Amino acid sequence: MPILEFKNVSKTYNNVTKALTDISFSINSGEFVAIIGPSGSGKSTILRCINRLVDATQGGIIFDEFDVCHANKNEIRQIRKKVGMIFQHYNLVERLSVIENVLHGRLGHKSTISGIIGRYTEPEKEQAFQILEKLGLTEQAYKRCDELSGGQKQRVGIARSLMQEPNLILCDEPIASLDPSTSKVIMDHLSNINKTMGITCILNLHQVDVALKYAGRIIGLTSGKIVYDGPPNQLLKSTIHEIYQSNEGELITDVA
Amino acid sequence: MSHNLSKAARPANQTSVFVKRKRMYTFFFLGVIAIMIASSLIANFDYIVGIKSIPKAITWSLTKFIPNSSSWHWLTDEILKALFETALMSVAVTACSAVFAFAFSLLGTRTTKINPLIGRAVRIIASFFRNIPDVAWVLVLFMAFGQNILTGFFALFFVTFGLLTRTFIETIDEISASCVEALHASGANYMQVVFRGIIPSSAAALISWVLYMIETNIRNATLIGIISGTGIGFWFNWFLKSLNYGAAGLTLITIVVLVIAIEITSTQIRRAIL
Repeated sequence: MPILEFKNVSKTYNNVTKALTDISFSINSGEFVAIIGPSGSGKSTILRCINRLVDATQGGIIFDEFDVCHANKNEIRQIRKKVGMIFQHYNLVERLSVIENVLHGRLGHKSTISGIIGRYTEPEKEQAFQILEKLGLTEQAYKRCDELSGGQKQRVGIARSLMQEPNLILCDEPIASLDPSTSKVIMDHLSNINKTMGITCILNLHQVDVALKYAGRIIGLTSGKIVYDGPPNQLLKSTIHEIYQSNEGELITDVA
Repeated sequence: MSHNLSKAARPANQTSVFVKRKRMYTFFFLGVIAIMIASSLIANFDYIVGIKSIPKAITWSLTKFIPNSSSWHWLTDEILKALFETALMSVAVTACSAVFAFAFSLLGTRTTKINPLIGRAVRIIASFFRNIPDVAWVLVLFMAFGQNILTGFFALFFVTFGLLTRTFIETIDEISASCVEALHASGANYMQVVFRGIIPSSAAALISWVLYMIETNIRNATLIGIISGTGIGFWFNWFLKSLNYGAAGLTLITIVVLVIAIEITSTQIRRAIL
């Protein structure tokens, strides 16, 4: 049962820069998909088209019965409620505490006024603490986010998206700013969320080895076009070089 | 290992960047001097006479502007009252324009603008208000309100509003853009993003700008008062015109003391909130 479908999607920025050309794929519920490709190949644009932070120029996107491209303001809010998002730079409100940032995940579910004054129900707070416990952040709950390390901030980002009770989580370079050991912690959490909670995950990654290790499916993108779409064990070395438009020996993965 | 370094490869047929940089600085320096000489010739300004008269000016003001025993009663009679009024007016003006500037800047930022046209319009309006000097505003508004505190109020209001709107727009774009994106992505609506994202993340920086504007406005209010005939500026002008230099000097000293006190306080506040 596909949860997300791209049908011939194209995106052109300012009528000149072509970011995506005729992208089509469909993702089933519960999949763990990694999108790889060089910088500027359109990875972030694909993710942002799904929750309408970016509007696709052509084609159709179906997410969970919603016609994303033609959604009105109210429908966009419904879509965004069900789609969590995690960012390379965490994008937290740094001056607020961890628990407040986690509760921000509920804003989409609240009325304008109770969102403005920040009134959260007891069950919501309870749920927030449960999520924090699961991610090992109980100690940090009342700390301000600017006191946290990068790995902890990213876990707060994950907690915030889980708070939405999403069907799909989009991860835009979730480990690009983290060291190898924290990267593993974050990837393990994401993988765990995918397996135990059945939440579909789509990740943009620069680390090909990480993508091959964790993802159940790889989408390779080169200058806005899909070059590879399939399981990691069928991704040939030559295809990786095709994705990154490189020759043998020019990639960091070749060294290892 | 021997130390005879072989010459490293450099791009051929090209003046080195170091020489180019040096030449640029020399030309710039010579250019500034040329402009200085040319402009003083055109304006008939003699630097030698100007510099020579500095000691004379200092001695003159030091002998004349020393408060004497007959000027002290002005302190309690008028100066403190007027200074208090001027200071409060500056705080009120800054607070008032900060509220308007915040609401306006939300329409002007890249992250929260409602549509690009309004965003552009807000920036233009803010620049317009900011780029007309406050003294010019006073002269214009003087026609409408006359010798009234409103003249100074609106003059300061317009300039502060324009400046704060511009700085608020830049501050919000710089500090809040990332968390605004995340909150939008989670389905929060406009007002929720403003109150849960923008205000908590950028409030401290915005308040810091407001404090800075309070300091500036207290200084400017003095000057504006001289023109519009209100507040401490009125009294300073009046003392000067009635050749009461002692009281004028006393007025200056109290202004300086107040400004320094405000500066120290706002530095403390800034340190606490940032």
